Amino acid sequence: MGRAKLPRKSTTIDMTAMCDVAFLLLSFFILTTKFKPSEAIAVTTPSSVASKVAPNKDFVLITIDKDGKVFLTIDDKQKRELVANSLNTTKNLGIDVAKFKSANFVGASFSGLNSFLSISEENRKGNLLPGIPCKDTTNNEMIVWMQAVNEAYAGSKMDLLLKGDNLAKYPSFKGVLIAFKKNNIQKFQMVTNPENAPVGSELYKRGMSGEKQEN
Amino acid sequence: MAELDTSGGGHKKGPGVKKGKKLSTRVDLTPMVDLGFLLITFFIFTTTMSQPTAMKLLLPDDKVRPEDQNKAKESGALTILMGADNHIYYYEGQLKSDASNFLSASYNGENSIRDVIMKKKAYVRSIAQDPNDPEHDLVVVIKPSQYCNYKNVIDILDEMSINVVKKFALVDIFDIEEQLVKKSDESATPSSK
Repeated sequence: MGRAKLPRKSTTIDMTAMCDVAFLLLSFFILTTKFKPSEAIAVTTPSSVASKVAPNKDFVLITIDKDGKVFLTIDDKQKRELVANSLNTTKNLGIDVAKFKSANFVGASFSGLNSFLSISEENRKGNLLPGIPCKDTTNNEMIVWMQAVNEAYAGSKMDLLLKGDNLAKYPSFKGVLIAFKKNNIQKFQMVTNPENAPVGSELYKRGMSGEKQEN
Repeated sequence: MAELDTSGGGHKKGPGVKKGKKLSTRVDLTPMVDLGFLLITFFIFTTTMSQPTAMKLLLPDDKVRPEDQNKAKESGALTILMGADNHIYYYEGQLKSDASNFLSASYNGENSIRDVIMKKKAYVRSIAQDPNDPEHDLVVVIKPSQYCNYKNVIDILDEMSINVVKKFALVDIFDIEEQLVKKSDESATPSSK
């Protein structure tokens, strides 16, 4: 039987173009990626419509974890030294300044600060630490911390950030607010995840009509 | 494309010169593409595209004498109270002694706090005396109870920017209100957020 022979076509495709695209994308992602530093304190931040990007230098960060424990992070190492020195003089704590300088965050009461600093960096995990006491109005150590921070940053730019966990209870937030108010700090920023304005809301309408958002 | 030109630089060889065997230089690029895409997926998943944003908040100065503080008009005041388990309550004007204007709302969905704020806004606009600044009298007072969490506070502060409320204040809750919130929390069925 004579059957019409179909011409056999090659099934190999030239992969070069695809390879080009793949590696172009790969180099893009390698260059844009920024590895998240493993965080000692696990915090899931709430989302807000605020569109301003949080500053990433010259900041003083106060973290509230899900149990309401408060931690303090000072970005600048020079300022850390100033804070440690001023606390040593005012509260007579005898902090090891060099250790304090290398500590990424503080999360203990004044009485437990030296034992906190003796823990190695990798073992300092937020869930195991006591945090800075601030819930109690009579023993709000955040007030002293903020005072020292204020002094250290006198005359220079400081961005005060507050990063709270979704589940943190209000009293610890309030304790931090009291510490701010006591030190005449009226301006601070809260770290959130970006979110779009809900469709149909007033902000959404303003955004659509091209008005600039204020915050 | 993936082959190299092996024809020897273009100049012709003499007639007696033996030609070397032409090897195919075609490389199978499929594994390379596989590897490429594998790495791409890895970097896509690990990359953090969205940077955290920051929400600004200005605190009132406590040291201002009471007579200097701006008083809120009763008609334009809306107080929002936050309780445990994502419960939310509000009252307009002043809290009546029998707590009859103490109402409950939710964060989203039906009877949401956004609707309450919008309604209040519309009401304030309708009774405004100054046509240039119709929302002058609108003041939202936010009173978080000790049972609510940080997310609730941020949500409400966010609601202020969503609804473009210019004047709002984060105020300490009164004892009587806190008790009312607690009582309502206990009687209400847990609402889901």
